[in-house]
Amino acid sequence: MADVSLRNVVKQYDDVVAVASINLEIPNHEFVVLVGPSGCGKSTTLRMIAGLEEITGGEISIDGAVVNDLPPKDRDIAMVFQNYALYPHMTVAENMSFGLKLRKFPKAEIKARVDNAARILDITELLERRPKQLSGGQRQRVAMGRAIVRNPKVFLFDEPLSNLDAKLRVQMRTEIKRVHQKVNTTTVYVTHDQVEAMTLADRVVVMNAGKIEQIGTPNDLYHHPATRFVAGFIGSPAMNFIPATLESNGDALRVRLTDTLAFNVPDGRTARYKPYAGKQVTFGLRPEHVTETRGHHNGVGQEFNATLDVVEPMGMETMVYFRIAGTEVCGRVEPTAAGNAGAQMPLRANLDHMHLIDPATGLVL
Amino acid sequence: MADTVQTWGATATDKAAAKPNTMQLLLRRRSTVAFLMCLPLIAIIVCLVIYPAFYSIYLSLLNKAQTRFIGLANFTYLMSRDTFWMVVYQSTIFALAAVFFKALIGLITAHLVNNLPAKGQRKWRGMLLVPWVIPLALSTLGWWWMFDPTNSAFNYTLRSLGFSGVPWLSDPYWARFSVILVNVWYGAPFFLIMYLAALKSVPEQLYEAAAIDGANAWQKFIHITLPMMRNIIAITVLFSLIVTFANFDIVQIMTAGGPRNMTHMFATYSFLLGIRSGDLPLGAATSLFMFPILAIAAIFILRGVRKRGREIG
Amino acid sequence: MTSITAAAPAGKRLTVGASLRRNRRWALYTSYFFLILFAIFFLLPPYYMIITAFKTDSEMAKLATNPWLITGGATLDQFRILLRDTDFLIFFKNTVIVTVCVVVITMVVSILAAFALGRMRFWGSSILATGIFLTYLVPDTLLFIPLFQIVKSIGLLNSYWAMVLVYPTLTVPFCTWIMIGYFQSIPKELDEAALIDGASHMQMLLRIFIPVALPGIIAAMIFAFTVSWAAFVYPMAFLYSADQQVLTVGTVTSLIRADVYKWGMLMAGALLAAAPPLVIYAFLMDYYIAGLTSGATKG
Repeated sequence: MADVSLRNVVKQYDDVVAVASINLEIPNHEFVVLVGPSGCGKSTTLRMIAGLEEITGGEISIDGAVVNDLPPKDRDIAMVFQNYALYPHMTVAENMSFGLKLRKFPKAEIKARVDNAARILDITELLERRPKQLSGGQRQRVAMGRAIVRNPKVFLFDEPLSNLDAKLRVQMRTEIKRVHQKVNTTTVYVTHDQVEAMTLADRVVVMNAGKIEQIGTPNDLYHHPATRFVAGFIGSPAMNFIPATLESNGDALRVRLTDTLAFNVPDGRTARYKPYAGKQVTFGLRPEHVTETRGHHNGVGQEFNATLDVVEPMGMETMVYFRIAGTEVCGRVEPTAAGNAGAQMPLRANLDHMHLIDPATGLVL
Repeated sequence: MADTVQTWGATATDKAAAKPNTMQLLLRRRSTVAFLMCLPLIAIIVCLVIYPAFYSIYLSLLNKAQTRFIGLANFTYLMSRDTFWMVVYQSTIFALAAVFFKALIGLITAHLVNNLPAKGQRKWRGMLLVPWVIPLALSTLGWWWMFDPTNSAFNYTLRSLGFSGVPWLSDPYWARFSVILVNVWYGAPFFLIMYLAALKSVPEQLYEAAAIDGANAWQKFIHITLPMMRNIIAITVLFSLIVTFANFDIVQIMTAGGPRNMTHMFATYSFLLGIRSGDLPLGAATSLFMFPILAIAAIFILRGVRKRGREIG
Repeated sequence: MTSITAAAPAGKRLTVGASLRRNRRWALYTSYFFLILFAIFFLLPPYYMIITAFKTDSEMAKLATNPWLITGGATLDQFRILLRDTDFLIFFKNTVIVTVCVVVITMVVSILAAFALGRMRFWGSSILATGIFLTYLVPDTLLFIPLFQIVKSIGLLNSYWAMVLVYPTLTVPFCTWIMIGYFQSIPKELDEAALIDGASHMQMLLRIFIPVALPGIIAAMIFAFTVSWAAFVYPMAFLYSADQQVLTVGTVTSLIRADVYKWGMLMAGALLAAAPPLVIYAFLMDYYIAGLTSGATKG
């Protein structure tokens, strides 16, 4: 087990920059998730750590030693692939022991390790089967088993759950977390699913267009996004973004959305936003902070009226969609409070959780 | 940010130019290993295909004893001979007629087999493939026996039905027919399996959609099956044209080119001239005439295969 | 009223269903009818060869008997004469030696090349792949004359080792071609997993690629076997003495002595010579067809 560090790592294919100068320190035992839309460079980063892609520039070190020039087998890493990449002609036990056999481990040791990993993953009774006879979830376990028996310094996961159906994905997510708590190996995990990232990670690295947007704990990213991209990527349904003007109102500030609609900035934020008074900004507010006026939300936030376009009941809550200045906005209300599409509904915006974004730089102010 | 990328890109290349790192060495070694792995194959192609091809051209420019360079005399001699032009005509007729019927029978039988319930298909396919499995020289021997002038089993049947016997191999025109018949018999199963595989690769939903649109069986065949199989039909037909055009076994065994040279093909004629009569240069010149025809077919096949590859993805 | 309108369409639907079923049954009968006709056409020669091989010479001499049936009693005499009085067993032995050597050479050469071409791109690899395909299209009758001269110049004329030398030109290109296809269909992640597990190139080929692509390897082996077992032009041109002859040419030339064709014995020979490929197809047909059709359709 070891720490991993990436210093100014660059990957270029001919003229295309896939990864542009990434810096990332992963301490021992940490579970780090790289998340971002497809093509953001997260998989390339992972494959550079694995040694499957050559590094164009910069340095990757594992356990203090620079591994740039080491082939994958000498990096002491194990990887779990999206399509599992199990050897179809080998049994589960043979799949798991292949790497150890190539490294000439003694037979008894191999058996002990395979049995132990099988116990951890609860696949002992599958050891003599072949991959074809296994379900998707079972294959995923075997792929993880193949990584665990190696007892490597680092685990690498490349979108391991995206081939599973929704229900199994949730199950395996918990399973991966459980396994990590048990073996406690430094882990780098790549996914495009922000829910996976939030639930699994000690720290999340949000990537976009070959760059790191923000690194932080899941809660950090959710409540304090650094950029508009992160604010929009993390959270579902996504944060509402409405173009607005920041107005001075005596000592206080006001976010003006339309001629008739403006919200007062809470006193606690005034000092922070003062320098941007009079400027165009993007006003960001998560759906759960746009709620009905009745019930326990009473007394928090500022009321306004909206004409509902679409109403989506979800069971425990209902999503309402309406327009402010032509932009679609989503609110999250109690099922009993929701009106019908086309109807007027009084809503309440909780500005304590507001974000203002500079439209030019995309940075959260 | 873009600047940093540029700088890093530059330093990386500089470093690589100065001292190749082990990773790059590994990659370089990888392509060397790959080349070495191909070396036996390259050796076979170069020594036993490309070299003989050029040697064949050289050979065709020599006199019979291979002592003297005589330019294109072998070619002009051939072109002045009626027999040679008969060979050209017969090879062409033979290839076109045989391939046409092979493709037709292949298409019909493939459809028939495809119509059967799934569990019987394997058995029927196996049965219809038998001609293609027996080495051609040996099955031709069987046919020859059936065409035997005195013992012909066909003629026995014809006579017992009240017809007169047919001089299968002694009449030139019947001999041509017989040679083509044997080739069709031997080659049709190849088309059958190719077309059967292609038929199976047409998505069932297309037929269902057509059925809902009101297409009958014939319209389905014309508007769905044929367009979907056009490429594979073209590839197999061209491929079969090459093989049939260059066929040797059937004619050599059944007629050896006779009667009156009226069944000679390029392969048998060059064998006669080159090996039997010992005039290797003339034989080489004869077989070289095949080359342009085969090359054209090969280019079209290659195009078809590439296109098919792109379509399948 | 309602009951009548409801009943009428139901009745109509019933008749439509029945006629659909009837149509389908008729289509099936027609298919079987024509298939039987084609099967007769395709199986007639082998049937007649079998019948002839078990007939006595005296029955064949009688022109009046029905040739399609054995009327004078079945006999194994033809096989006995074939194996005792002719060089058939020598031909058989030579063919086995040649075929085994050619299959081994072909598989080694084409697996190595296909692994390199299918997985490790290198300079000129796509040109080479195209070249291989074009070589596959070169028929054996195009080059047998220059090859005759070459074989002669290295002293292998009238030796079956010349067959071992020249047959690979017929087998290697296609085998390489279909092996490339099979290797390329193996997911890239599988090599990456093997790479991380610590496999070298050779280990990857031997322990991952060959076992995973086994169906393709079987198909290629059958192809190599078929081609070298059935080859006719090269032995016809390069071999002339009986001790070096192979089955195809030996059966159709050496067994025919003087002007009297011993048809029973000839057919017995042809049957025995054709038996190995037939047996192999009977067991492995599906692999071969899969390999063959994928080679031509996928490219």
